[in-house]
Amino acid sequence: MTVRAKAVKAKDEKVTGRLSRTFAALRARNEKALITFITAGDPDIKATKDLILALEANGADIIELGMPFSDPMADGPTIQASSERALRKGTTPEDVIDIVAEVRKRSGIPIVLFGYYNPIFQYGLKRFAKAAASAGADGVLVVDLPAEEAGELKAELDRVGCDLIFLLTPTSNDGRIKVTVDKASGFVYFVSVAGVTGARASVSRGVPGYVRKIRRFTDLPVGVGFGISTPAQAKEVAAFADGVVVGSALVNVIASSGADVLLKNAGAFVSAIKAGMRQG
Amino acid sequence: MKKMPDNLGHFGVYGGRYISETLMPAVMELEEAYRKWGASKQFKDEFAYYLKEYVGRPTPLYLAERLTKKIGGARIFLKREDLCHTGAHKINNTIGQILLAKRMGKKRVIAETGAGQHGVATATVAAMFGLECEIFMGADDIKRQSPNVFRMKLLGAKVTPVTSGSRTLKDAMNEALRDWVSNVYNTFYIIGTVAGPHPYPMLVRDFQSVIGVEARRQIKEIAGRLPDQLVACVGGGSNSIGLFHAFLDDAAVRMTGVEAGGDGISTGRHAASISGGRPGVLHGNKTYLLQDKWGQIIETHSISAGLDYPGVGPEHSYLNDTGRVEYKVITDKEALAGFKALTLSEGIIPALESSHAVAYAMKLAKKLSKDSIIIVCLSGRGDKDLDTVSKAFNYQL
Repeated sequence: MTVRAKAVKAKDEKVTGRLSRTFAALRARNEKALITFITAGDPDIKATKDLILALEANGADIIELGMPFSDPMADGPTIQASSERALRKGTTPEDVIDIVAEVRKRSGIPIVLFGYYNPIFQYGLKRFAKAAASAGADGVLVVDLPAEEAGELKAELDRVGCDLIFLLTPTSNDGRIKVTVDKASGFVYFVSVAGVTGARASVSRGVPGYVRKIRRFTDLPVGVGFGISTPAQAKEVAAFADGVVVGSALVNVIASSGADVLLKNAGAFVSAIKAGMRQG
Repeated sequence: MKKMPDNLGHFGVYGGRYISETLMPAVMELEEAYRKWGASKQFKDEFAYYLKEYVGRPTPLYLAERLTKKIGGARIFLKREDLCHTGAHKINNTIGQILLAKRMGKKRVIAETGAGQHGVATATVAAMFGLECEIFMGADDIKRQSPNVFRMKLLGAKVTPVTSGSRTLKDAMNEALRDWVSNVYNTFYIIGTVAGPHPYPMLVRDFQSVIGVEARRQIKEIAGRLPDQLVACVGGGSNSIGLFHAFLDDAAVRMTGVEAGGDGISTGRHAASISGGRPGVLHGNKTYLLQDKWGQIIETHSISAGLDYPGVGPEHSYLNDTGRVEYKVITDKEALAGFKALTLSEGIIPALESSHAVAYAMKLAKKLSKDSIIIVCLSGRGDKDLDTVSKAFNYQL
């Protein structure tokens, strides 16, 4: 194979990752992606595996699996508490990768590992990328790793065909959007508020405009999250974004459900959100 | 060596910007503001004016004669940052940052604080310039540094207790970062140490470097030569960088950063990030951190709230790796002995943070000849620590 052919093949593989395929398939059906966040190990590791499958069965299209960190600076009280619970259970990055491998035996749902940089850095970037990819993870999102510092991790993830997903925010100007989408693959996650994670009463007005702005710089799908907690909000966001991310609201449902009703409650919540999106 | 960091804030492999995207434009705006105004004559003059007329600089470089005699080794000079307005070196930096905040049109300032000295210094400049001020402080630190909490409140600041995590300085910093993300348009975050995302480590160092610039001039006037050794305590490391920076290119001047050894490194109950940790990423920069095998940050321990932090400024990590500065450890017990020795021999009650530097200087002086010179950064005064110290010594107040 020529160098050029290799490059084209590499590019094709990149655009045909599981995340890209999922967005493309949904687009073909005129549907938007429901992206659900849960923290690995909350309430425990076994429950996390069951939860992922239950979320998928009830309409989730992509799973963001939180890797708990001791100092979640970008998170509000809900996910802080969830991370603390997971850490108290002794959840390690290896456990998180094992969860992915287990789920992968039974499901093809795209999984994005979502976390902070230090645990990945300590794991070793190369080792982490290899382990994540061979377990079947499709993407990695690191909250405290802006494009400028992401070169090394990006190189390792490229090598194993795993996407690196970046956040953009209402404070991102044209310059920031450009540097960021340049390194991004899979999709772009637009954080709808300048703030920490957490359920909010309404979606702020300027969001459609920001999403339009991002689309001027990239053809990647745009997911919108931070604060979305009701079917009505999900419907509103689905009207202009390619994906809707639900995190804290789902984590709240999990936190307030006993073991016997955990899967039922989480499933019902996700199914209601998905129904809201389908009305759009 | 003085030219660090590079334009993305790296000191060798350390430093940088590891923060959420929401804050990237904010730190870039700050960097831009500092580049634009920081170098201007008007800014420098205004900064120098307040340091002189408001802070009371230059602070004396005082020969601790009785302490020197008692030990019988090198001459020990104290750089008297404890005589700064508000009682510690922290005000040098907050004046610099508030002058930037004002120029950037920010209406509100926030800060994290451990011992409360940076909180007081921030509340002070906020009062002085009429800006709204909120201080984040670990709930445990609020208990052990209550006089400073009261001072901040008197100065009109809102003091918000932080109950997450270990309820100390690192958690206060997490909470300040969360507040900043949520109020990024109108709020200026005054970081109190040489850590955080670029440009903070550079900015805070530059504002604190007045300590070393003065000390270098003063010792040449007093002794006609440069010192042999510099000693300063290191939590995040702002007073030590402040003292060291002006001497970095003086190859003959040796420097020691003194970390908080708590109950001793071997017990695991300490706050010595360089001596007992390894490189990682926290609070916006890559640096030495106290962490477990998996990269989770572990709880620290020090009798001194101001040193009770699991990280250290990235420039210190760099200076350690290059060998330019040595990092040593002083335990709680040794720090208390230093506290007592200075108080009784010189009539100066040092902060527990600074007592670590004093204790190490006493060890070092013993090994050096009588014509050697040590400069110790006496970063703050000990009034805030009387409660802690009286408990440790079992005094009845």
